[in-house]
Amino acid sequence: MPCEGTRLRFPSCPTARTPFPLVPCAVVPSRRRLPRVGARMTLAAGCCQAESGPRCGGLRQRRPRRPAGEPSRPSPPPRAWAPLEAPVGVWAPLAFVTLLSFASRFYRLSEPPHVCWDETHFGKMGSYYINRTFFFDVHPPLGKMLIGLAGYLSGYNGTFPFQKPGDRYEHHNYIGMRGFCAFLGSCLVPFAYLTVLELSKSLSAALLAASILIFDTGCITLSQYILLDPILMFFLMGAVLSMVKYNSCADRPFSASWWFWLSLTGVNLAGAIGVKFVGLFVVLLVGLNTVYDLWELLGDLSLSLVTLGKHLLARVFCLILLPLVLYTAQFAVHFAVLSKSGPGDGFFSSAFQSRLIGNNLHNVSVPEHLAYGSVITMKNLRMAGGYLHSHWHLYPEGVGARQQQVTAYLHKDLNNLWVIKKHDSNTDHLDPSCSVEFVRHGDVIRLEHKETSRNLHSHQHEAPMTRKHFQVTGYGINGTGDANDFWRIEMVGRKAGKRIKVLRSQIRLTHLATGCILGSSGKTLPKWGWEQVEVTCTPYVKETPNALWNVEDHINPKLPNISLDVLKPSFPEILLESHMVMIRGNSGLKPKENEVTSKPWHWPINYQGLRFSGVNETDYRVYLLGNPVVWWLNLVTIGLYLLMATCAIVAMKRGVQLTAEFKELSEVLLHSGGKIMLGWLLHYLPFFMMGRVLYFHHYFPAMLFSSMLTGITWDTLLKFCAGRLSCSMGRRVYTYGTLALMLLIVYSFYLFHPLSYGMVGPMASDPNSPMTGLRWLESWEF
Amino acid sequence: MLGFLKQPVMVTAEINVNLVALTVMGLLNRLWALSYPQAVVFDEVYYGQFVSLYMKRIFFVDDSGPPFGHMLLAFGGYLGGFDGNFLWNRIGAEYSMNVPVWSLRLLPALTGALCVPLAYQILVELHFSHCAAFGAALLILFENSLITQSRLMLLESVLIFFILLAILSYLKFYNLQKCSPFTAGWWFWLLLTGVACSCAVGVKYMGLFTYMLLLAIAGVHSWHLIGDQTLSNVSVLCHLLARGLALVVVPVAMYLSFFYVHLTLLYRSGPHDQIMTSAFQASLEGGLARITQGQPLEIAYGSQITLRNVLGKPMPCWLHSHKNTYPIRYENGRGSSHQQQVTCYPFKDVNNWWIVKDPGMQQLVVSNPPRPVRHGHIVQLVHGITTRYLNTHDVAAPLSPHSQEISCYIDYNISMPSQNLWRVEIVNRESDTDVWKTILSEVRFVHVNTSAVLKLSGASLPEWGYRQLEIIGEKLSKGYHQSMLWNVEEHRYGKSQEQKEREVELHSPTQADISKNLSFMARFTELQWKILTLKNEDTEHKYSSSPLDWITMDTNIAYWFHPISGAQIHLIGNVLTWASANVATFVYVCLFLWYLLRRRRKICDIPEDAWRLWVSAGGLCVGGWAVNYLPFFMMEKTLFLYHYLPALTFQILLIPVVLQHLTDHLCRSQLPKNAFSALMVAWFSSIYLVYRTFSPLTYGEPTLSAAELRALRWKDSWDILIRKH
Repeated sequence: MPCEGTRLRFPSCPTARTPFPLVPCAVVPSRRRLPRVGARMTLAAGCCQAESGPRCGGLRQRRPRRPAGEPSRPSPPPRAWAPLEAPVGVWAPLAFVTLLSFASRFYRLSEPPHVCWDETHFGKMGSYYINRTFFFDVHPPLGKMLIGLAGYLSGYNGTFPFQKPGDRYEHHNYIGMRGFCAFLGSCLVPFAYLTVLELSKSLSAALLAASILIFDTGCITLSQYILLDPILMFFLMGAVLSMVKYNSCADRPFSASWWFWLSLTGVNLAGAIGVKFVGLFVVLLVGLNTVYDLWELLGDLSLSLVTLGKHLLARVFCLILLPLVLYTAQFAVHFAVLSKSGPGDGFFSSAFQSRLIGNNLHNVSVPEHLAYGSVITMKNLRMAGGYLHSHWHLYPEGVGARQQQVTAYLHKDLNNLWVIKKHDSNTDHLDPSCSVEFVRHGDVIRLEHKETSRNLHSHQHEAPMTRKHFQVTGYGINGTGDANDFWRIEMVGRKAGKRIKVLRSQIRLTHLATGCILGSSGKTLPKWGWEQVEVTCTPYVKETPNALWNVEDHINPKLPNISLDVLKPSFPEILLESHMVMIRGNSGLKPKENEVTSKPWHWPINYQGLRFSGVNETDYRVYLLGNPVVWWLNLVTIGLYLLMATCAIVAMKRGVQLTAEFKELSEVLLHSGGKIMLGWLLHYLPFFMMGRVLYFHHYFPAMLFSSMLTGITWDTLLKFCAGRLSCSMGRRVYTYGTLALMLLIVYSFYLFHPLSYGMVGPMASDPNSPMTGLRWLESWEF
Repeated sequence: MLGFLKQPVMVTAEINVNLVALTVMGLLNRLWALSYPQAVVFDEVYYGQFVSLYMKRIFFVDDSGPPFGHMLLAFGGYLGGFDGNFLWNRIGAEYSMNVPVWSLRLLPALTGALCVPLAYQILVELHFSHCAAFGAALLILFENSLITQSRLMLLESVLIFFILLAILSYLKFYNLQKCSPFTAGWWFWLLLTGVACSCAVGVKYMGLFTYMLLLAIAGVHSWHLIGDQTLSNVSVLCHLLARGLALVVVPVAMYLSFFYVHLTLLYRSGPHDQIMTSAFQASLEGGLARITQGQPLEIAYGSQITLRNVLGKPMPCWLHSHKNTYPIRYENGRGSSHQQQVTCYPFKDVNNWWIVKDPGMQQLVVSNPPRPVRHGHIVQLVHGITTRYLNTHDVAAPLSPHSQEISCYIDYNISMPSQNLWRVEIVNRESDTDVWKTILSEVRFVHVNTSAVLKLSGASLPEWGYRQLEIIGEKLSKGYHQSMLWNVEEHRYGKSQEQKEREVELHSPTQADISKNLSFMARFTELQWKILTLKNEDTEHKYSSSPLDWITMDTNIAYWFHPISGAQIHLIGNVLTWASANVATFVYVCLFLWYLLRRRRKICDIPEDAWRLWVSAGGLCVGGWAVNYLPFFMMEKTLFLYHYLPALTFQILLIPVVLQHLTDHLCRSQLPKNAFSALMVAWFSSIYLVYRTFSPLTYGEPTLSAAELRALRWKDSWDILIRKH
């Protein structure tokens, strides 16, 4: 039947009886499918209408253009989705999903009224911002600053100690902070909705993706507490959304909306890395997308080189410079706010600490340059490094030579004091008759321990813990020792003859006789060493902070004191140092061998959740676990997507004659789906290579992409199936298929909602529990 | 009948004299005075011990790579009649008479020599001129670092050989593809690609990256093939299947066969047994098998057993208890139950024996007939020597305060009753009624009252616990982990005389069962997993370096030093070659990007053919360099300069590619071409000169004076050993 034949054609299946009336822009094919190259020329009034404001998807172009021969028909009979054809058609579902999203995230937000899981960290850090005390964390500051700000605005005064999970909040106002996180977490759903809508031009795909996120117990749980993840995901999805938006503005470059979305992408990128370094993956995604974008532009010979240059500069400015400036600004605020000494001091260098009010290095006056006869303390530059220390105790029998111990000690102590002397004379430099002689880079010196008058000494005995290094001891009586007491003092990156500065100079002490370098191995000595940190002389000449020291205290009555303010590090220096400390802190988070740790392959199969609150039967228990139906659907979809994409791409490569509708479908599948798939890969695969401790919640950014992919893939699949059938049949398949998927998701949410909203009563392993039948995997512990 | 005689028998041979000459030169400069020095040089001390173990057929585990490389070295030893009796303990130790130094070093030297003609042929197959190909071969020939590395019993030259062979055979195959697919030659080169790839991976895991590169290249080529619409669907499918067979199936099969040979050769137990599971150990001759032979298979109530932790980290150990009790107060002030200690002990000991008891009965001997313990049964574990019961309760463990303390219960008559019931859960069971078996079953002990799981925490106890390992009851058992699994290693039934007779009668063939049960795949999986996960503690080494030092060769390695004469061998490359290779890479990348961007704007600077050649040669050489170099930035192990050599080889191959491109396309007129050729001659002579200059450090002779050595120290960061007089 010829009529049927024309009706088969998708998406311009004639009249409003088209099965896919919810495919707004696709009916103006050239605009959407070829957003850049050819289309640009022909599009006078592109989808990117100025009146549609920043939303440049052109979703108002819903009315299908009828084929020329087709007689105009009256408006379609009313259908279930008929209202969507009206201008509210896109906004109404958006409002609806947003409402649902907010409702699901804010429901029972205040429960449980005690500290849950990592709230103990991030809530505490929020309090630090309110109290302005300095602390250290492995993540960049933005997320915690926002939490602090939310707490501050909502009237939390920063006095709750957040000591351990399970502590009751009592009268403290925690709702503000939780509400802030829940707000950002709720925004994910509209963001995902708009992204998918923009990519696939299909309302049902967008609704499917949105409903997956709304009804995923994991996303709900993760959004309801004071955590960094909702903030991270907010910026991440924001970046993806604005990237997609500015891509669809490609036909009107340099328009207001184009600039708006491009710079918004940059702002969101800065936000994403500012919360956690995982944000780098989305930077990578945007970067790859931009490179591809530029490549396409470069191939467009109608563009002059000047225009190309403008394109390039605009992207460099908005996607590189702008985020960098914002990122730096976050740190500027961070350092400005945290001006008081606090628990983070010890992780940073002495020079850094001198900035902090209340630190004992703040506003201290010491002589600036080292001179012979100065009494000093030396601090190791490794993270939380100790002071060079010695005491009357000897190394025990069997541990190297039986001489006086030299260790690194984390606390201030009189035994940390050393006197710098010339290696070949034992004159008292503090004698007023002597002239001041400064210590210079490259000098050979002797370090005499002030309390015991023994010299810092090393020799070719093995060190107590690190067997390949040499032992360091205190040797000699009243400063008279032997040639093994001589050390060459050098500064990193300076020339010979320069004076050595307090705090700022990074000092290396090379043992003259053996050529080894004084360092702290970081290993704790046994009881005989009072559990202080081992100090060794390493023969392996490597530039590590372990082998570098700086002078902290400095006493020399013959020299004028200067205020340490002069030596305060500049902003770029503290920025660099805090990054070094963060990186080292991150790489220090290694799992222990006998610990059960979460593995990346556990995540997509929802193998195991995280206990947020409560252990026993009587507790209010919250368990972070994805809605298994949703997650397994996502997992299956990834395989399905790969299969469909492979078929499509091979068919095209083999030159199989495809109908226009298939071409369109595969375009959406490969192009839009490909972007999302790339996002998923970028947010998932790198975890396989990470050495640090991993947790289940690290998968959630990838899960967002996976959910969007599910929306797009199933929508495409259903359209494809529908396209093979007759028009009415196809419409039914399409509608019922989508509905069935959504109902499945809603029903599974109904089953699993206690995971997020709290369970009280017997554990699921108990047959009496209402959750017993839902414990589908033995590894779930609710 | 004799018709064939009517035609004369003609043999025509084409001999590429270039190739022959290069091979001979390669052999000469790699094999010359091969058995000098007669002493252990650098990592020979490491590989040598494995060669000895192969000779003695003793099992070992080496985490540095798969066994094929070691087997090749051992093959050299086998040909030389090496008996394995040499103590590999010190670099510089003189070889005794029974060590066939020459034949041990022969194989690496041969493969190193063959790299020279291979380099030549690769460039020819890439459609470059014979002149360029000859240049590439000469550069490889005069590269000091490659010479040093191939003249010793080390694996890099073998690895490089297989990598180059794989590349060459793929190129041969690809060139045949256009004219004559599915011919014998086509199949030969295709299969050889797969075989060479698996050999490369089998020598060192670094080979994996080149294999991936080749797969990627083959993937791109196959993709073009799919797009070729002159081919029918069936023939495309055949092409794809043939590639899948040769490039995936064959290498995997080859890789498995390396392990098969390895495991067949090494059948005796040895020093690394302890790393493996009990089942694996029992499959080796001697060692554990001697003990477990003839012991009953099924654990019954009344069985006497020793329990070994399946994870065995930080060290393999057995569940242990002894008379001493936990201190009443720990150093940090926490209290304990003051009951008898339960630990994990890394040595065999009489205190490792436990008796499985039925909670409902008093007897500690096996009844007649024996009642086997099955999955889900509740048992008590009685310590053999002290007859106390394994117990846990709500007291914090000594070092892991979040877990429960495990003790042997002593009744102090305070409000702490004994809680000594344990449920046996066989993790690797086939059905829920499975019987608990010696060695084979991996068992979890779940405490009945508190559902805590018996676990090795990995921490070692202080002095009061004799530094033995801590055992805890993990309350929140977060799923499956090997540290919570135990298997019975030694096992015997209760002591009554008559039972013993029955035991012999019933269970004599158990040993056969156990080793039969462990298939090759099971043994392979275990060994492979152990190789990949075995972690040596971070070792510092005087000559270790970071990947950034390699490009500019800011580091060297002193391989050997003669204590009296002062002769020495160093891993130092030909400085000029390294510098030129870097320049070539830089020029290539810049030119490539330039061409690429210009082509996108439809401006073609060079003809299409030249562009394709430029991309394919560059993709191979720069790609090979990148995949063999960049991954090192992500590795956490100790790295050495010699890790860079495979990448360097690719980089060297790039030099003639770039040079020929420059002469062909950038020197338009005759005059610059002549100047360029003159420059080339000068450049090659200087490369030869540098090679000659450093050859005393490459070959270890002649001995240089201190002044000469000082003159060779071209970079301050080089560590050349100059004796102080």
